[in-house]
Formats: sequence, C-alpha cells, structure tokens
Amino acid sequence: MAEPLLSVDHVSCRFGGLLAVNSASLTVPAASITALIGPNGAGKTTLFAIISGFQRPSGGVVRYQGDTITGLPPHELAWRGIARTFQIVQLFAGLSVRENILVGAHLRHPKRSDALAAADIVGREVGLGAMLDRSADTLTVASRKRLELARALATEPKLLLLDEVLAGLNPAEIRDIAPIIRNLCARGISILMIEHVMQAVMSLSQHVFVLAEGCVIAEGTPTEVAANHEVVEAYLGHGAAKKLGGAHAH
Amino acid sequence: MTGVRPILAVVIALAAVPLITDSNTVLNFLVVTLLIALAGQGWNVLGGYGGQYSFGHAAFFGTGAYVTAILQVRYNANAWVGFAAGIAGGAAVGAFIGALTFRVGLRGSYFALVTLAFAEVLRIIASVAPITGAGVGILVKLDLRAAALQFESRAMFYWFILALVAVALMIAHAIERSRFGTWLIAVRENEDAAKALGVNAPRVKLGAMVLSAAITAAAGCFYVQYFLFIDSGIAYGTRLSIEALLTPIIGGAGTVFGPLLGALVVQALGEGAKLIAGDAPGLNLIVYGAVLVLVIAFAPRGLIRLVDDANRWLSRSAKLESAHG
Repeated sequence: MAEPLLSVDHVSCRFGGLLAVNSASLTVPAASITALIGPNGAGKTTLFAIISGFQRPSGGVVRYQGDTITGLPPHELAWRGIARTFQIVQLFAGLSVRENILVGAHLRHPKRSDALAAADIVGREVGLGAMLDRSADTLTVASRKRLELARALATEPKLLLLDEVLAGLNPAEIRDIAPIIRNLCARGISILMIEHVMQAVMSLSQHVFVLAEGCVIAEGTPTEVAANHEVVEAYLGHGAAKKLGGAHAH
Repeated sequence: MTGVRPILAVVIALAAVPLITDSNTVLNFLVVTLLIALAGQGWNVLGGYGGQYSFGHAAFFGTGAYVTAILQVRYNANAWVGFAAGIAGGAAVGAFIGALTFRVGLRGSYFALVTLAFAEVLRIIASVAPITGAGVGILVKLDLRAAALQFESRAMFYWFILALVAVALMIAHAIERSRFGTWLIAVRENEDAAKALGVNAPRVKLGAMVLSAAITAAAGCFYVQYFLFIDSGIAYGTRLSIEALLTPIIGGAGTVFGPLLGALVVQALGEGAKLIAGDAPGLNLIVYGAVLVLVIAFAPRGLIRLVDDANRWLSRSAKLESAHG
C-alpha cells in the first residue's frame, strides 16, 4: 500500500486532568473517504483540532504527505492543502455568501477577479448558486453547512476535514449533500469526516475509525465496525452486545 | 463597497471650498475636521475593517507629531523629511505594539486596554523627557515657505490636508478590493474561521496596525506644521484617542467615508455647542457622548449606513409611487 496522505501516530492531548485523546493513531489514504465515529465526548473534535493545527497535542506525531506537521499553525496547514469545517458553523455573518467563499478562494488566487470567479464556481458546485449575493446570516441551517463546505473547498484542499457536516440536516437534505461529498472524493480530494449520521457513514466511507474515551477502539470497513461488539458497547453501554444477542457478538 | 468615483467627487467638491470662501473661520474649521478625519481613517483601517478596537491611537498621532517637531527643532532637518520620518516613526510604534499584542493573541477589550496603556506611558515619558520639551512642549519656528512645509495662505494648508485625506480614502478603497482587505475583514468577522481558510491572522492584523498607525501619524505630523506647537497632552492625550475612534464609529466603521462623515458631524456639533454655550471646558466631550448615544441607539452601523438605508427606502417608496400612479 502506498504511503497514506495523513497519518496520526500515537497522538495524545491532555487538558489538565482530562486525557481527551489517548495515544490515538489513524491513517487517511489518498483519494478516499475515511470516517471517524464515536460517542459524544470521545475526543473526535479534539483530534480534528490537532490535525488542523488549532490545538497542540501533548504527545505524538501527525504526518501529512510524508512531512511532520505537528504543531504547525492552521494557516500554514491550509497552504499545504488541509482544510476543515467546524462542527458549529463559523460563518462570516456580516458578509455575503460570495464574500464568505472569496476568503477561501483568495488563498490560491491573489487577484480579486480570479478569486471571485473561483468563488462563484465553488458556490454553484455546492448548490448555493442562487444565493451568492445573500447575506450569510439569512441562510437556513442546511445552506450554512453548504457554505461552510464551500469555503473550505475554495482553498483547493487535498485533505478535507468535515466535522459533522450532516448534523442537524433532515434526511432529504442529507440525500442532497451526500453526492457532493462523494464527487469530491472522485475528484481526488481525500476526506476525513466526523459523523453521527450512521447511514451516511455506512454509505459514504470506505474505512471507519472508532474513538471512545480518547482511544481508537476499532477500525475497519463500515460493516466490520458495525459488527464489532466493543463498538456496540461503547455506544450502548456494558453488556449491550450480549443483550442484543449472538448476531453482533464475535 | 465604495468606488473611485464617489471619492473623486467628494475630494473635488471639498477642494473647491477655498475658491468660494476665503473665510478663515470656515477654512480653519475644515482643516481641523480633515485632521480628525485623517486620524479617524487611520483608526478605521485597524478598528473598522480589522475589528481590533484601539483606545490608544494617540500613541501614533503623538509619535508622528514629536518626530516631525524634534527633527526640525533639534536636528535642523527639513520639514518634509521630518514629516516623512514622523509617519515612519508612527508606523514603527504601531509595528512594535502590534508585534507584542498580536503575537500573544490579545483580542477585544484586552487589546483596547493595552493600546490605551501604551499611549499613556508615552504621554508620561513625553511630559518629563528633555528631548520632547518635557512639560513645556516644543515650538516649531515660524517659516512660511513651502520648502519648510508652512504656507502663508490657509487654503494651501487646507489643500495639503485634503490631499492626505484623499490618499487615506484611496487606501480604504484599496483595502475593500484587495486580498489583504478581504483577509482583514475575515479576521474581524471570525478569526478562527479565517485561520482555517489559510489567513495568517497575526500577520494580517500586524499589517493593518502598521498602516493604521502610519495614517494617524500623518495627522500628527500635519498638526505640528499647522499649529507649530506640540506638548505631551495634545500629542498623547486621551482626547485624540477618543476622537480617532469616535469619528469612524459615528460615521460608519469599516466604510470608506465613515471617518470623514463622522468628523464633519462631530466638529459641526462641537462648534455649534461652543457658539451657544461659550468655550466651556469639556463641552466637546459632552457633545461626543450625546452623539455617540444617539448613533448607537438609532444608527448602530454608523450614519453613512443611515444614508444608505434612507436612499434605499426613498427609492423603494418612489417605485411604489410609480407603480400606483
């Protein structure tokens, strides 16, 4: 197997007495969709913050395209091609949809006219073409999520970190946005997604890592992970796997 | 977003004033108004576009003023050289304060307090140091030659400060249309989101601080050439810091014309109050306070946007009218 695009190697992160991430390791192969799942408070978002440079790990190494990137600032990582979205959307509320995307587009396009053209293309690609002139704070939740995705895409990333980009959307909205994500992967953008919507995880991702209490407790294809009794217990509590019967237990 | 044409129109209209009147009162009023508008435009670059609210822009105004004065009086430098050095000196102070505060990530009220503290420290130093004339201040020799950057006619002074304001307006215009400005506004709107999109926030803020300081320092340099006197209270006093931040906020922070409009309103009301109540000390502060309260209550985004909103409202009712007619 070729060297993965991203590898997280025994990364830990401690906040005072709380070990949020405990020696977690995972890899993201090039041109793939990898999911990171786990119960609330498992440390998924902290791990994302470490990968994207917002949080310095207490230990461990993050490698990207063969380089050690541990502790580099977020803007430097964005230059190298790592883009992220935020679990709680962080829009530029006072700006229009187009201006929001423009900020990301300027990373690769110093000239305003080029950046504006690039922003329009990305905006249409995620289905915001009709709303480019609207103020970002007038958008619905679903459109805000799309805008958050568009902004990250405008930086022309190689690796896209999606933090619950489907959360809060209704099934129809999820059906609309899932093909966009699949298309990105087909275009060669690797995706690491934190997701609670299991249906989407199952249908979109090729590989799943499960984080619980800061540790990676399982990994594999979506079906392997769903059948893993440790995973079931992490979600549903001790003994749950047994109660569910032999079907899930190994 | 403001185009070049409105800027040209406003500058040309203002430039024509001395051709209509040679009243010293009118010109003096306008010179002081433009001086404050220039200081305010400096603040606007950092505070209006960048969202970093400085309470100590006197630090840059005063440094510009003192460098200009000291070079001429103590080192016999040419006034134009002194003027340029004053701008550079103000920018350097901006770079110093910016490097210290933005590196450690000071935001919001912490940033405001630190800038205020820097201005106060400079004021105290300037009030005791021999080179700044300590408590006495510095008098610049009267030398009414263009080579000494002093003009016999008030109109020339007026055109000179108008030219500086025009440059500042063009800088604001350029900020609105550049990558640097887009990134600066992004930092104002949401710093974390900006970082995730590749914006080097500390560097962008530092750049804005240096530019902002340079513009406000230019106002200080002009002050010395116009009044030929500077002391620590004028240079580094809180009055200038307050005027530099109030005028853009009242006129419209983060807009090209906000500081100019704010300066006009504040100065006009201040002078009006003087006519009615005489030159009572602190009167101007009362006027600023009252105007600020009214603006925050009724036009929280500044008077310039009130004009925009009114225009939109008028055109909408005009449309309705024609639809019914």
